[in-house]
Order: sequence, then structure tokens, then C-alpha cells
Amino acid sequence: MTQYRVLIAKPGLDGHDRGAKFIARALRDAGFEVIYTGIRRTPDEIAASAVQEDVAAVGLSSMSGAHLRLFPAVLESLAKAGAVDIPVLGGGIIPAEDEQLLLEQGIAAIFTPGTPVEVIINAFTELCQQQHLSR
Amino acid sequence: MDIGLLLKQLHQGDPRSVARAISLVEDRSEVAAALMMGLQQERFDQALVVGITGPPGAGKSTLTNALVRCLREQEQRVGIIAIDPSSPLTHGALLGDRIRMMDHALDRDVVVRSMATRGRLGGLCAAAGAAIRIMAASGCRILFIETVGVGQSEMDVAFLADVSVMVLAPGFGDDIQAMKAGILEVVDLLVINKADQPGAKKLLLDLGTETANSDRLLQTVASEQQGIAELLTRILSMEEVFRKDAQFMARRKRSRSRETLDRVMELLRDRLRELVREEADNQLEPGAAAAGIVARIMGD
Ligand SMILES: Nc1nc2c(ncn2[C@@H]2O[C@H](COP(=O)(O)OP(=O)(O)O)[C@@H](O)[C@H]2O)c(=O)[nH]1
Ligand SMILES: [Mg+2]
Repeated sequence: MTQYRVLIAKPGLDGHDRGAKFIARALRDAGFEVIYTGIRRTPDEIAASAVQEDVAAVGLSSMSGAHLRLFPAVLESLAKAGAVDIPVLGGGIIPAEDEQLLLEQGIAAIFTPGTPVEVIINAFTELCQQQHLSR
Repeated sequence: MDIGLLLKQLHQGDPRSVARAISLVEDRSEVAAALMMGLQQERFDQALVVGITGPPGAGKSTLTNALVRCLREQEQRVGIIAIDPSSPLTHGALLGDRIRMMDHALDRDVVVRSMATRGRLGGLCAAAGAAIRIMAASGCRILFIETVGVGQSEMDVAFLADVSVMVLAPGFGDDIQAMKAGILEVVDLLVINKADQPGAKKLLLDLGTETANSDRLLQTVASEQQGIAELLTRILSMEEVFRKDAQFMARRKRSRSRETLDRVMELLRDRLRELVREEADNQLEPGAAAAGIVARIMGD
């Protein structure tokens, strides 16, 4: 069985990392190797870390309402780093209309506070599988 | 997968190639052997491998980050492998050492890789040796390996490293009791980190006079960069001494044998499981079954 590596990051200036830590632990308990980078990371830092760690997916958490700016910025940084193939998933307090916008811009999945944790794990598993197939 | 291209880009320091090469070995890809044989050995010979071990929370990652800062002032390219245990039940792992190393996140000459032990005991992961070779081939002059290590059974990093450092801090009394006798027999240097904390004096007392008075004991406040330049100087001067006489090569030889043994065990484990499963049908007493299997493998 392939052991999937994922990066969980918290971009932006707010220090609320409860959501990010919760997902990091849930993924660990589901058998993932989770690299956690801590709070207040810039999109370029997240992309550089994702590349160095050769992760199969990046999960972003945003509680500050800046997701419309920050999530696509991470996609851009990944593209600059030559890593468009790494899928980005996002979670946080995200209104439905923003969710649609983010998906259109290339975020692979969006989770909101009501999303059951199994749904999140399944989404990571599927995207990691696909990423590994593309290697 | 074009291994030739991967090797070329890796030797040029391309971040993605370095990272992918490590993954191929870690995931036991069938191209891993070809990849490892294509690495420039001279770069590994010139590199220095520094092991950083100690109980969780002693400040190993902070200390590594501080040492890297000094080395970057000297424009040395460095690599860091931070190893944490995998859960034996779920195989998952939470790898958080990077949090303390984000100062260097945008520096292409600081290569950081977080790795999980994936069932290997002793503090290391099976691919640690390969990861340092790959990073060295990519141009890293100094390689740090951070492992969680408390008792003697978790000191494998001391075999892999050219210079090994044990990091302790006030408030870890129980951990120290477990290995008080002979820390300096296992590692080259002992660092008392968090020397700014009130318990630092008591920790020295707990270590006993011989250890506390050793010239191989240093004190640091890693979060304030205190004592770090001295520690680095100490590490590099040890390297110089080792390289002058035959010690350096002797250590590398010992480390290579150890790694070879590790790889043998790893290769054998799956095959052995199969044999043991077959043998189970014969309902032999376990000792007799084991002797039979070994005789079969060795061809006697
Ligand atoms: N007071 C003090 N705190 C420190 C020092 N070095 C590290 N820390 C803190 O100790 C905690 C654990 O550090 P970390 O480097 O993650 O430890 P590790 O688990 O051994 O890698 C962090 O909160 C650090 O900020 C120090 O010299 N003094
Ligand atoms: Mg650490």
C-alpha cells in the first residue's frame, strides 16, 4: 500500500489554527503522513514546502475570510514552482458562492464546518491516488 | 520515469528532483537501485552528516534551524532530514518539525525533508541513509538528521552520523534517568538547550559531575541563537580532526555496514514472512520451524 504524504498549511494573517490541526490529526489517524507547517504562511512558502516534501496534496485552512485571495495565490505559487500537478484542497468558513468561484479557479475540493470528516478523508485519498498515478 | 534526467537535475540542485528521488527510495520503487548507483560519490565523501537527537520538545528543530542560520551566513548549502515516528496502528504520522524551520522556507539552498519512521525502530527511517546521499549529491555540504531519541535503543542516528549531538533541556528529568550513564559513550557532543530556563542547573547536577564537567558538553539557548556559533565551531573542528586521521573513513565504513545490514533485514523481512506462513502449515514448534527456515535460506 502506498503511504500518502500531504501538507497542511494555514495561509494568511489570522492565528486560528484549530481547523488546520483538527484536519492534520484526522488525516494522520486515517494513515496519512501529514506535514504541518504552522500558521501565517505565505503562498510561496507553502508551495516551496510542498515541493521539497514531495507531497501528493496540499490542504489549506482559512478562517479569516481571505480565502478568495489566498487559495488561488497558492495555486499560482505552485505553478511557478513547476508543481501544477499537486492538488489543493481548502477548508474553512466559506460561503457557497465563494466555493463555486474557488472550484472554477482550480481548487480541487472545498470543505465547510459541516462537512463530515470521512468526506474530507475520502477526497484526500482520491486526489492523492490520482497524483501518484501521474508521477 | 527517466532516471537519467532525474539524476542530472538532482545534481544541479533542482528541488523537485531531489524530493522525488527521496520518495522513490522511500516508497521502494524498483528504479531506486539505479538511482542510488547514479549519485556522485565524491559529493557524499565531502559532506558532513550531523545527527541531532534527544527527547521530544528539547529544542532539536529549533537548534537545527539556528545552526542552519549560521551556515547560511557562510553560504553553505545544507540539508535537513527530520524524522518522527509513524503510528504502529494506523501507519499515519504528524510531522511538525518544519514549523521551527520556516525561516529558511524560501531559501533554495536549505533542503528540508520530513520523514516518518514507517515501522523501523531505533529512531531512523529505512530511507534516511539514501536521503542524505541524495541531498549530498544535490550539493548540500552539511546534512542534519533530527531523530527522536531517549534511550540507547533509539540511538541509531549515532551510527549514521559523522558527528552526533544529544540535545537535552530542563524538565526532562525522567528521560535523562533512562540514559544518564554513558550518554557521552554514545554521542560525540551533549548540548543542554534552554539554558535560559531555571532548571538548567539542576539538569547539570542530575547528569553527574563527570558528564557535567566534560569538555564535550555545551549550553545553548537555541531560540535566542545563543551558544550556536560555538556549537557549530565545535562540530566543524571535530570534523577536521576526524578527517585528518583515519577516523572519518572508519566511521563511514561502520555506517555503511550498518546501513547494509538494515537493508538486508528490510529485504528479507517480506520474504521471511512468506516462508513463515508456509511453514505454519507444518505445525512445528516455533524454534524448530525457525531453524528449518534458516537452514533452507542458507542452503545447508
Ligand atoms: N526557553 C527556551 N525555549 C526553547 C529553546 N529552544 C527551543 N525552545 C522551545 O521549545 C519548544 C520545542 O522546540 P522544538 O525545537 O520543536 O523541539 P524538538 O521537539 O526537540 O524538535 C518550542 O516551543 C521552542 O520554541 C530555548 O533555548 N529556550
Ligand atoms: Mg523537532
